[in-house]
Amino acid sequence: MIEVKSESWIPVKQVSFSQRLARFTGLQWLLLFVPFGYIFILMFFSMADFFKLSFFDEDGFTLEYISHIFSTDVYLKVLWLTLKISFLVTVFSLIFAYPLAYMLVSTKSNLWKKIIFSAVLIPFWISLLVRTFSWTILLRKNGVINTILLDLGIIDHPLELIYNTTGVVIAMTHILLPYMVLSLYSVMAGIDQRLLQAAQGMGARPWKAFIQVFFPLSIPGLLSGSLLVFVMGIGYFITPALLGGTNTTMISMLIESNINTTLNWHMASALALVLFVTTLILLFIPLLLTGKNPVLKELE
Amino acid sequence: MVLGNSLSIVNASKYYKKFKAVDDVNLTVNQGEFLTILGPSGSGKTSLLKLIAGFEQLSNGSIILNDEDISKQKPYERQIGMLFQNYALFPHMTVFDNIAYPLRLRKTPKDEIKQKVESILKLVHLEQYGYRYPEQLSGGQQQRVALARAIVFNPPLLLLDEPLGALDKQLRKQMQLEIKHIQKQVGITTVSVTHDQEEALTMSDKICIMNHGRIEQIDTPENIYKHPKNRFVAEFIGEINLIKGSVVNVSEENVKVKFHDSLIADIERKKDSVKEMKDQSILIALRPENIQVAREQSHFQNTIRAQIIEIIYVGEAVNIKTVTETGEEITAKIPAHISDLPGRGKDILLGWNPKDASLIHDGTPLHYY
Repeated sequence: MIEVKSESWIPVKQVSFSQRLARFTGLQWLLLFVPFGYIFILMFFSMADFFKLSFFDEDGFTLEYISHIFSTDVYLKVLWLTLKISFLVTVFSLIFAYPLAYMLVSTKSNLWKKIIFSAVLIPFWISLLVRTFSWTILLRKNGVINTILLDLGIIDHPLELIYNTTGVVIAMTHILLPYMVLSLYSVMAGIDQRLLQAAQGMGARPWKAFIQVFFPLSIPGLLSGSLLVFVMGIGYFITPALLGGTNTTMISMLIESNINTTLNWHMASALALVLFVTTLILLFIPLLLTGKNPVLKELE
Repeated sequence: MVLGNSLSIVNASKYYKKFKAVDDVNLTVNQGEFLTILGPSGSGKTSLLKLIAGFEQLSNGSIILNDEDISKQKPYERQIGMLFQNYALFPHMTVFDNIAYPLRLRKTPKDEIKQKVESILKLVHLEQYGYRYPEQLSGGQQQRVALARAIVFNPPLLLLDEPLGALDKQLRKQMQLEIKHIQKQVGITTVSVTHDQEEALTMSDKICIMNHGRIEQIDTPENIYKHPKNRFVAEFIGEINLIKGSVVNVSEENVKVKFHDSLIADIERKKDSVKEMKDQSILIALRPENIQVAREQSHFQNTIRAQIIEIIYVGEAVNIKTVTETGEEITAKIPAHISDLPGRGKDILLGWNPKDASLIHDGTPLHYY
């Protein structure tokens, strides 16, 4: 005989608060909405408000400030210098970062990996101001570098390493280098090392395999790193302000002096707008470059 | 196409510190032959392949390809075609450029490249895909591109590293045959590494079974399956029943083996198998499909009584797990269409032919003797 047990007491399932909350659909959008609002509403509106000053003054709509930038030599010079410095910084950090990043992905020794990573990251964590000031100690006329070179008899007069473009480029390259290394590293780490083995197996010498296979595949990292460094470079303030001297004025310094010194907020806004639009244009370059190449497509 | 050449590996060893990854291996692959190196992970099969390709250097011994010792050469000097497990196709090149890559390295004239790549694309049935990028192809298509790239420059030797590991089962079966056909058509000497025994049995002319860096047996798939040389090979390939016994009598054709205290089995004596001696303890190796099941009487020469403990339906066949009076488990595999199967718990008679069993040494593999 089979005995059928009847269930006389069915437990009432306790519904917890979180379970009840889960029944509201669309609640997860809150998670998105809060940071979205934080980023866009706060930043976008304050920026729009600020940029409005470029086109509107007490007399109403005007293009005077914008056209003033493009018709004044000083402003154009500053703009040009800003682009030049950023370009040099990008090129130098690329030259230094590429071998470092390549070493990071290709070395089998964990110790070396750690050493390189710390060398790249530790400056990253030190305050920008401290790093910039330490560069003044190294670069100034009676600074460490000049003293050593003079003592060794390599040079007769101290080199002009600071308060000019050279100093700014040296220090900015150092400060922005980690961004380049990390951008390159993240892409290089995703390149299958077996591709190089495959190329060698087919008869390619190691350097040929590197140029024909590894390098083209690292281009996305190269592009994104360069873009990052360039865009950060054109808006840089502290380093050029401290190391640039009077002759090396970058656009951000001009904006600052218009706000704090001459109190011409309309001019500051117009300059900031030029900086902003330049940045936007630069950010769209990869979109134009992608074309059909499937490797570059990942950048989109 | 130029025919492939023969490959010999002589006394090859590879040590990593004290670990012997490859331990005194000798083997020869004849011209046009397809050899599969089969073994569990850590058996040294992949190390051996890397040594042949040149990605690792031998500690001892030599590798001879086409009468030339290549063991000191760099990978790019060896001219060996290799098919990688993950295909290793260059993602930034089209299918055409991928296949043309080894030709361009050899400075082949442009029109010859075009003609060669097109004819090999035809061989792998991908004529229409030359201008696609690897990521736009399915796994099987990528595999065929990789194969085409590995053989387009007429290398003397083709290496396959777990060639079908990344494909699903259906596709794998199809590709096994396709690769084999292409290999035969081109006539290239091929060494493949796999842990998939079905793949090894299907594709190879010869199988080399490795364990702990050593070769356990090299033979045709049929001989490996039917006459495993030792316990490791027997248990590694397919399913097998091993019954302990001892040799009672050795005659010209047969070996009489006593097992389960009183029962005697006749086993056909094979050339090339173990040296049987009287009173030697031995294992009778029996494939499940070679065992017949009967209720009362069996017309087979060798029989044993057992009780059914489990019946497992596997599609085309039924596995019948039984246990003998002495507690030994024996599995028989019979075609699924046999209808009146005895049920679980029933006593049955298991029978087999003298020629369907083989004898192997008990315990450790042969080379420890």
